[in-house]
Amino acid sequence: MLSLHCPYCGVDVDETDLTPGGEAHLVRSGSGSDDADFEAYLFMRKNPRGVHFERWRHSFGCGKWFHAARATDTLEVFGTYSAQTKEPPQDVQERIRARRPDWKGFGKGDRI
Amino acid sequence: MRRYSAFAIAREAARYHTGWGRAWRNPTPKKSYDIVIIGAGGHGLATAYYLGKNHGLKNVAVVEKGWLGGGNTGRNTTIIRSNYLQDESAAIYEKARSLYESLSQDLNYNVMFSPRGVLMLAQTEHEIRGYKRTEHANRLQGVETRFIGPKEVKRLVPIIEISGPRYPVLGALWQPRGGTARHDAVAWGYARACSDMGIDIIQQCEVTAIRQKNGAVSGIETTKGEISCNKLGLVVAGNSGVLAEMAGFRLPIESVALQALVSEPIKPAINVVVMANTVHGYISQSDKGELVIGGGADGFNNYTQRGSFHHIEETVRALIETFPIISRLKMLRQWGGIVDMTGDRSPIIGRTPLENCFIDCGWGTGGFKAIPGSGWSMAATMARGEPDEFAAAFGMERFIEGRFIDESVAAGVAH
Ligand SMILES: Cc1cc2nc3c(=O)[nH]c(=O)nc-3n(C[C@H](O)[C@H](O)[C@H](O)COP(=O)(O)OP(=O)(O)OC[C@H]3O[C@@H](n4cnc5c(N)ncnc54)[C@H](O)[C@@H]3O)c2cc1C
Ligand SMILES: [Zn+2]
Repeated sequence: MLSLHCPYCGVDVDETDLTPGGEAHLVRSGSGSDDADFEAYLFMRKNPRGVHFERWRHSFGCGKWFHAARATDTLEVFGTYSAQTKEPPQDVQERIRARRPDWKGFGKGDRI
Repeated sequence: MRRYSAFAIAREAARYHTGWGRAWRNPTPKKSYDIVIIGAGGHGLATAYYLGKNHGLKNVAVVEKGWLGGGNTGRNTTIIRSNYLQDESAAIYEKARSLYESLSQDLNYNVMFSPRGVLMLAQTEHEIRGYKRTEHANRLQGVETRFIGPKEVKRLVPIIEISGPRYPVLGALWQPRGGTARHDAVAWGYARACSDMGIDIIQQCEVTAIRQKNGAVSGIETTKGEISCNKLGLVVAGNSGVLAEMAGFRLPIESVALQALVSEPIKPAINVVVMANTVHGYISQSDKGELVIGGGADGFNNYTQRGSFHHIEETVRALIETFPIISRLKMLRQWGGIVDMTGDRSPIIGRTPLENCFIDCGWGTGGFKAIPGSGWSMAATMARGEPDEFAAAFGMERFIEGRFIDESVAAGVAH
């Protein structure tokens, strides 16, 4: 069972107390955006095999959304952090780099 | 290819079974092919088979990183039905179901198609209404299916507990022509028939890059070297996102784990397939006597082919309420597969942003039943370079157009 650390409550939480919320850091398209932007925001997903950043909600706890950095190919968790941010904090990024030297960096190496 | 027949069994029996040949060749890849299909699951192999059989295209290779049929095709619970809600879905799933009826003869390989009937239980008022709606839709689509009451359910499934306690069985959508087939045999039968036509199936060969020239596909890089091709088909289920990234586009797909389990073998106890979508569990009995059980999918991205244990717990909990007789059974094996879930729970078949690169994916938790129809349609689409009658509605442009084929509401859950 996956276990994540809620950055608000400061406790380790079992998956059964959490709700997964999909890819984090999506750019939300507002009015005036074109169809392709809306499509990208609503449907298109990175779905990577490797390092992934995603939204989780501590549903049966504080009820708040937070972010997690995880590896989808090993289920290793690199860290969790507040949802009030546009990119993962430096310490989380460093932990990923230490474990995955070939990781290209947040938002880097994305061809798409 | 030596044909399999009663005569062949007698012949081989007479010489101590020394004359059975290999079912398929194990070729080294050529430098180039007209068409390369990535992924030797049921969908990839069926695509190659119908390219050869229906379109005469035999300079084709199927490239597989593991062993053929080792992906979701070899991990699923083999439920086959076609009573979907939307017209587009009913068309392709019914095409597939009807091809299954004669698949063993067509492939000269026993895929053990068993049209034992599929029941989808209605355990809430909403489900009754939903399934009655599907019944009416199916009647218009020409798909034979019927809503039946609890008494008839009990007659078909004597071991079922229909009175609850929490979710009494209020009725069911019954498709007598649905059923199961042997999953491995479907992959093996298509592989053998492909190989016989001269189509190369290259196993232990992982695709690591997709080459392009002027916006069109020109070939692939693999762990067994480069292979060039004029057309490329991506048919890799849970790994579609990985291959799409190599080809330079994104998909409206998330890959998550779906699990199944089987019990110790017991005497025949249930001779239909029962799906209980409200409580998330479904069950059938294999020819070996094992109860084959499946449940819900995980909610987060995962490529490890391992699911979360609490889903197994939920599924089993639901099933022992519905079938109290199985509460003392031991479970023998449990496993997971990585399924490719689209936003509207319908598949994607068609062209991609990369010219001459086609995709068939997004079958998610329910694509085993679709294998022959999907291969049929994908082969026609690749041969012509444009979607055939079945694929037309399933192009990925439906997401930008907002033209969903919404089966997530219709089916509630898996399959
Ligand atoms: C537990 C479970 C239960 C299910 N139950 C049912 C059911 O009851 N009824 C039903 O209709 N459906 C069911 N499904 C869904 C069904 O199994 C799938 O939709 C279907 O098998 C998909 O077939 P496929 O050929 O597309 O994919 P797969 O069989 O997964 O084949 C894809 C192949 O691509 C290969 N591949 C991936 N990446 C690469 C690469 N880079 N290079 C080369 N090869 C690559 C993989 O190794 C794999 O062999 C279930 C699935 C699961 C996991
Ligand atoms: Zn919390």
